[in-house]
Amino acid sequence: MSTLAQPIGMNADALRQQRAHRRRKRLTRALRYAVVLIALVWVLFPIYWIVSTSFKLPAELLRNPPVWIPQEPSTAHYRTIMEEKGRVALKNSLVIGVSATALSIVIGSLAAYSLARFRTGGRHLAFWILSQRMMPPIVLVIPFFLLLTELGKRVEQLGVDRYPPLIAIYTMANLPFVIWMMRSYFAGVPAELEESALVDGSTRWGVLWRITLPLTMPGLIATATFAFIFSWTEFLFAVSFTRTESVTIPVVIAGLTGAQGSNWGQGAALACIATAPVFVLGLLVQRHFVRGLTLGAVRG
Amino acid sequence: MSVTSGSVTAASETHRVGRIQSFAGRRRFEGWLMVAPAIVVFLALGIFPLIYSLVISFQRRDLMRANTNEWVGFANYSKALRDDRVWNALQNTIGLTVFGIAIEFVLGLGLALILVDELRGKRFIIPILMLPVMMVPVIVALIWRMLWDNQYGAINQILSWIAGHDVNIVWLLTDKNRSLVAILVTQVWQWMPFMFLIMLAGLAGISPDLYEAAALDGASWWHTFRDITLPGLANVIAVAILFRAMDAFKIFDLIFMMTKGQPGTSTETVSWYIYDRGRQALEMGYAAALSFLFLIFVTIVATIYISRFLRGHEA
Repeated sequence: MSTLAQPIGMNADALRQQRAHRRRKRLTRALRYAVVLIALVWVLFPIYWIVSTSFKLPAELLRNPPVWIPQEPSTAHYRTIMEEKGRVALKNSLVIGVSATALSIVIGSLAAYSLARFRTGGRHLAFWILSQRMMPPIVLVIPFFLLLTELGKRVEQLGVDRYPPLIAIYTMANLPFVIWMMRSYFAGVPAELEESALVDGSTRWGVLWRITLPLTMPGLIATATFAFIFSWTEFLFAVSFTRTESVTIPVVIAGLTGAQGSNWGQGAALACIATAPVFVLGLLVQRHFVRGLTLGAVRG
Repeated sequence: MSVTSGSVTAASETHRVGRIQSFAGRRRFEGWLMVAPAIVVFLALGIFPLIYSLVISFQRRDLMRANTNEWVGFANYSKALRDDRVWNALQNTIGLTVFGIAIEFVLGLGLALILVDELRGKRFIIPILMLPVMMVPVIVALIWRMLWDNQYGAINQILSWIAGHDVNIVWLLTDKNRSLVAILVTQVWQWMPFMFLIMLAGLAGISPDLYEAAALDGASWWHTFRDITLPGLANVIAVAILFRAMDAFKIFDLIFMMTKGQPGTSTETVSWYIYDRGRQALEMGYAAALSFLFLIFVTIVATIYISRFLRGHEA
């Protein structure tokens, strides 16, 4: 309305000012787009590079200067890597990731509910749990390695290069995250809602199962996704406690690409296969991303 | 009449108190029961290995030689404090963390300021910008090692275009500082979006009324930024830096993939050095002592940081 009314009684000076203002605004917008464009290229170029590398045959892969767009794209690397190593790695990562996620979600959600609803252990317990996450993982590598070597002599399944130890370790590593995330989601469910159901004669477990869990389901799914991504991307424990049989994707990629130019193509192919599902999963829960990155401290 | 009614009230009162107490007691019991599995996991897989590691740190456990398990007191610890590789690794770790987070923070905040207001295509731009955070660090390192490669990499090629003549810089493995720069840039690529996303959420949380009031007062952009934006973001910044630092301090994957500590041992980080001593040289006692010193260091830094910057802020 004001923009319509203004020009009628306006003198030349004000008109000039308004034009300058509009020009500045347009300039600012152009600058904003320019910066955003640079940021997009910066983020996407390396991703493009690994995708294109995965389709390059050695002749193009090892050329100086490098080839930007593969002239003879080939799926040979995908076929070679999925014949054996890649398939084993995918299976291992999937089994370990899904098991650790399921365990940490069940154990963690129970604890989180208790922290949110009953304030069990007060602030001290919550922060003790958080402090578990602050521990640098390398600190646990030495004792775990010795313990697993010993255990493996007695029970083979509990030794180095087996599933159960890695699943247990990832469950433990995920727990502080799961507990803090789920605590913040549970705290968002009004206590009155549960209490009225309790008065109506439901048990605590019934309330948790039928009322609270459905309400926090989006948060739970997001939390599970992040826990899975953690297990999928973890490297230090995986490289320390596996050798040949239970190697996960990061370990196989690291093993493939030891020296300059060696198996870059196969490594890139496996990297693309391993990254695509994570992008899809991550984008599905992007609304929860900020909460996930800060363990519920900052709400996105 | 009044006497009877009073005693009746008193009786029902004690009855109710009793019921409330038993109700509270049951709640407390239920509460601990639900936390119990998590606590058992932490004790078995977190605390117990830690204590075990503490014991080992007072022994000489050289798995390469005969397994003697000889008690050596504080020998491992005093050796660590005199070990040049420890100090170099600590210096690299702190340097990569501090410079990395500073760059990530400035770029992330800048990008967030640009994208906080409406912009066409924002709905598609933000998800693209968050992709690096989801990636496997080992894969990020692989990509960048290909890019940094002096013969087959795109970075030297792009630098050649800019310089107008052939650039052939060997980024990795020959020079300490160049290697560290390469690692730093790689790390910034993956984690700048982390800062960006958190700052964006923080900016969205600042009340628009404050900006309107500032605009009415004719405040300059810089004054608005200094007096409204930064104070409004203070808590979010403190949390973001804490979480990012906790992660950056563990840096291992990039070192493993890009330099393995080379040239020589000059680009080692603390996590890498402990891994090298323990998992590769199999000097378990020494590696355990190093881990403990590292844990103590991290705990002290984290405690100081939290008590200084997060006080009164329920994380």
